[in-house]
Amino acid sequence: MTMKSAKRKSDQNLIGFSQRKIEGLDKSTGRAVYTDDIQLPGMLHGKILRSPHPHARIVSMDTSEARALDGVHGVITGQDMPTAYGIIPWTPDEYPLAVERVRYIGDGVAAVAAVDEDTALRALALIRVEYEELPAFLDPFAALAADGSTPYVHDAKKEGRNGNVTKTVHLEFGEVDGLMDQADVVVEGEYFFEGTTHTPIEPHCAIGLWEPDGTGPGPAARNGKLTVWSATQVPHYLHRELARVLEVDPARVRVIQPLVGGAFGGKSEPFDLEFCVGLLAMRTGRPVKILYTREEVFYAHRGRHPFHMEYRTGCDTDGKLLSVDARIVLDGGAYASFGLVTTYYSGQLLCAPYAMPAYRFDSTRVYTNKPACGPKRGHGSVQPRFAFEVQLDKLAERVGVDPVEIRRRNFIGGNTRTVNELRITSNGFLECLDAVERASGWKERFRRLPFGRGLGVAGSTYISGTNYPIYPNEMPQSAVQMQVDRSGRVAVFSGASEIGQGCDTLVAQIAAEEMGVPMDHVRVYRGDTDFTPVDLGAYSSRVTFMLGNAALDAARKLRALVQQAVADEWAVKPGEVLLAGGWALWAPDTARQMPVREAFHLAEAKFGTLGATGWYNTPKDVHGEYRGGTIGASPAYSFTAHVAEVEVGVDTGFVDVKKIWIAHDCGRALNPVLVEGQMEGSAYMGCAEAIMEEHVFKDADHGRAGLHNAPSLLDYRIPTSLDTPELESFIVESLDPEGPYGAKEAGEGPLHPSIPAIANAIYDAVGVRMDRLPFSPPAVWRALRAARRAGTLSKPGAPTRPPAAGVSGD
Amino acid sequence: MPSATDIVELRVNGDLHRVGVPGHFTLLETLRYVLGLTGSKQGCDKGDCGACTVLMDGAPTLSCITPVHEAQGRDVVTVEGLATPEGPHPLQDEFDLHGAAQCGFCTPGILCSAAALLDRTPEPTREEVRDALAGNLCRCTGYTKIYDAVEAAAARLRNAGDPSKAQSDHGLREAPVSDGNGGGGARGDHEVR
Repeated sequence: MTMKSAKRKSDQNLIGFSQRKIEGLDKSTGRAVYTDDIQLPGMLHGKILRSPHPHARIVSMDTSEARALDGVHGVITGQDMPTAYGIIPWTPDEYPLAVERVRYIGDGVAAVAAVDEDTALRALALIRVEYEELPAFLDPFAALAADGSTPYVHDAKKEGRNGNVTKTVHLEFGEVDGLMDQADVVVEGEYFFEGTTHTPIEPHCAIGLWEPDGTGPGPAARNGKLTVWSATQVPHYLHRELARVLEVDPARVRVIQPLVGGAFGGKSEPFDLEFCVGLLAMRTGRPVKILYTREEVFYAHRGRHPFHMEYRTGCDTDGKLLSVDARIVLDGGAYASFGLVTTYYSGQLLCAPYAMPAYRFDSTRVYTNKPACGPKRGHGSVQPRFAFEVQLDKLAERVGVDPVEIRRRNFIGGNTRTVNELRITSNGFLECLDAVERASGWKERFRRLPFGRGLGVAGSTYISGTNYPIYPNEMPQSAVQMQVDRSGRVAVFSGASEIGQGCDTLVAQIAAEEMGVPMDHVRVYRGDTDFTPVDLGAYSSRVTFMLGNAALDAARKLRALVQQAVADEWAVKPGEVLLAGGWALWAPDTARQMPVREAFHLAEAKFGTLGATGWYNTPKDVHGEYRGGTIGASPAYSFTAHVAEVEVGVDTGFVDVKKIWIAHDCGRALNPVLVEGQMEGSAYMGCAEAIMEEHVFKDADHGRAGLHNAPSLLDYRIPTSLDTPELESFIVESLDPEGPYGAKEAGEGPLHPSIPAIANAIYDAVGVRMDRLPFSPPAVWRALRAARRAGTLSKPGAPTRPPAAGVSGD
Repeated sequence: MPSATDIVELRVNGDLHRVGVPGHFTLLETLRYVLGLTGSKQGCDKGDCGACTVLMDGAPTLSCITPVHEAQGRDVVTVEGLATPEGPHPLQDEFDLHGAAQCGFCTPGILCSAAALLDRTPEPTREEVRDALAGNLCRCTGYTKIYDAVEAAAARLRNAGDPSKAQSDHGLREAPVSDGNGGGGARGDHEVR
């Protein structure tokens, strides 16, 4: 962390200061409990049998031998759970275990519960499945061109439609064609973003426990209480889907979320193991645990969609954007997952931080017979951001404007609407640009470093939560319950999902700040649908904004009661009573004070037992009134700028990212050390996608077609400490008018610019454009060889102003 | 069909245990599921991620690919064994202070690797810290905060005999960062830190 400015005074005592995480020492001493750390008495171990075929009909299945094996207590198949589910209520298209058809190598077909893992694995080997193999769609364009002569990945919903198409979105704002014709410079580009996956270090894990009721009238089979512990980011949605698929009244279902060992979007919808432990527990009467192997985590996937993108971008001679036209094909894998939203996000989130008078996107998501793609950190908008920011770099060069300057000139501003009618409030993007420009020595070093070394810049925006929940309802998106006890302690009941980002600390910090107690006098009771109010989950960067506002709401209701009681005691105005540092104080003369515990006693005597709920719901006037206009809408947007410095091995194609300067407008840094952690972790993850990660599958020439190429942490390479560049964070605070204390998101936005900044830095280094990810040594080496043969391998010249016009195809 | 069970003698965090385990059990499985020492984590099952790292005779060791028999007669220390009754190990405290543990799942393994480093290199350079942690994957932090924490812990351990220097150099509660005046994006005077 680098303090860049003089210290400012604050109205708060704890907010804005770095704080320990409330579970931090638990994590560093080994006390912290994750799902697989839980062992229940009599617990069985489950395993899931998975399809060896990318596309096949299940002709028959014989589980009798497995059932007969000593130590096996239960075997279930798709027929036992024939209700389709899906995280998006409009696209339920998957089953906990395949019912009639398998759609990728790794699709679950049966599950076993046995006394131990060894026995469960032996039982899997005894299950006989007869498959009728079907032609598989592995290429999205082949899937798009399908004519129905072989079965689609999913049957078409309407006769004559291509069942391989999940979703098509076509949206147009402004005079796209007219302004493109008027543009002085138009750049056309084709880009490919390779799929990547989350790889949290904790594999998915779930435990089911069924506690049946006593006998009585009525069917006993579903009368009892089902508890599922799971490493999930979305306990509330899991609660709903468990009840629906297992046909248990939701009032009988409890989801407990232990600490989660990383997620990044990879645990943000229900997975087969959660249903399987539930049903196996109900069938066997014993607790059942399933822990994914690392290989299974790769099959569960839901990672970044591969995007094929074509962009046309037009600007005037000053570099002012006029028109943007995009065509995108998303390779979705076998199931819809969040795909409906991804398809919208592929276009909707591009309209800031730059003003664009006209914009069109045409996005199509197709099914293929591969593990399903879904939301990974920066859901749906990381891929188009890569393409767009490289386009902007190309435009800057064509019109002879510095790449930082072209971004400045197109700044959309604050308190405005985007071309697709999203409401922007606070916007600190210019300060972000200034910070990375200055820190990287951009003005002195861009285009002036030796051949092989370069700098690149990129910007981005991201949502602070989706404006609407996944299933339509008018209820709050986040809530907490808070109570004060006679010991001077504050208890917070929070349903938010702690996945390492610090949301439990956030509510503790807010409670301590508002109630005037030390941080360690706050207890956070969390992650249990039996006693915490609903928070929708750790996704879409919603938690700081929404949970923070909910916690603030509850705390201020309680604080008002305490202030009133103390004011009455002192015969002063309630607004003059401060609560801080374990004391109640009279603002005009702070020598007049009492321990905050006594203040709580006064309030309890006056108002009764002290408790409050607090909640947050989004404003409903922040988006356009068109179909899809609500998707991409958020109560506030974060902004980011990066500069990356690279060294390109001209003979090896090896891109060494030396450093990334990260400036992020998070509105207000409530806990700066955690904000920096999110910024650095995001930049690291983006850098990883830029230079090494590839979630790819074998074709028939290289093994079994559709088989994951490398389902291990050795072969699917993620950066070690040696691969990770130096990262330097600059927090920009724009103080959002609706965020808690002015805060916005910091968890996903800072990933976006890493990738295009590195691409643009490679160009500055060697004059070669990398429009396909990843920039791995073979790909870069081939591009360098092509440039050498074409005689274009050299340091690009400084931006100058040519009398340019017309279309460039570079 | 039950697995063959062997009796193994293990010294873990100073305690001698005699445990019966299936013959193919790894050290990690024995620690986690037999001894209940769940601090060491399983991330990949095959020695790729480092979350299972423990110290065996002081050397960082991947317990998920170490047959439990190999630990017989050796001195095993896990993350639970780094702390003392007086409090957490300086590494553990500095990890918390620096935000070096986000999800915390890789943390126990990283702490063991870092403890071994500081044992042999009390004043490591950043390059030495990077090298020492190269076998431990972290997916949350980008490693920066981890380096900061290891270096701060090293300083604390070196200064342990000198109370005037035994303070952490973390930045917690250092200063307000905002005047809290509110305001929107067009102000153009956002604080940059």
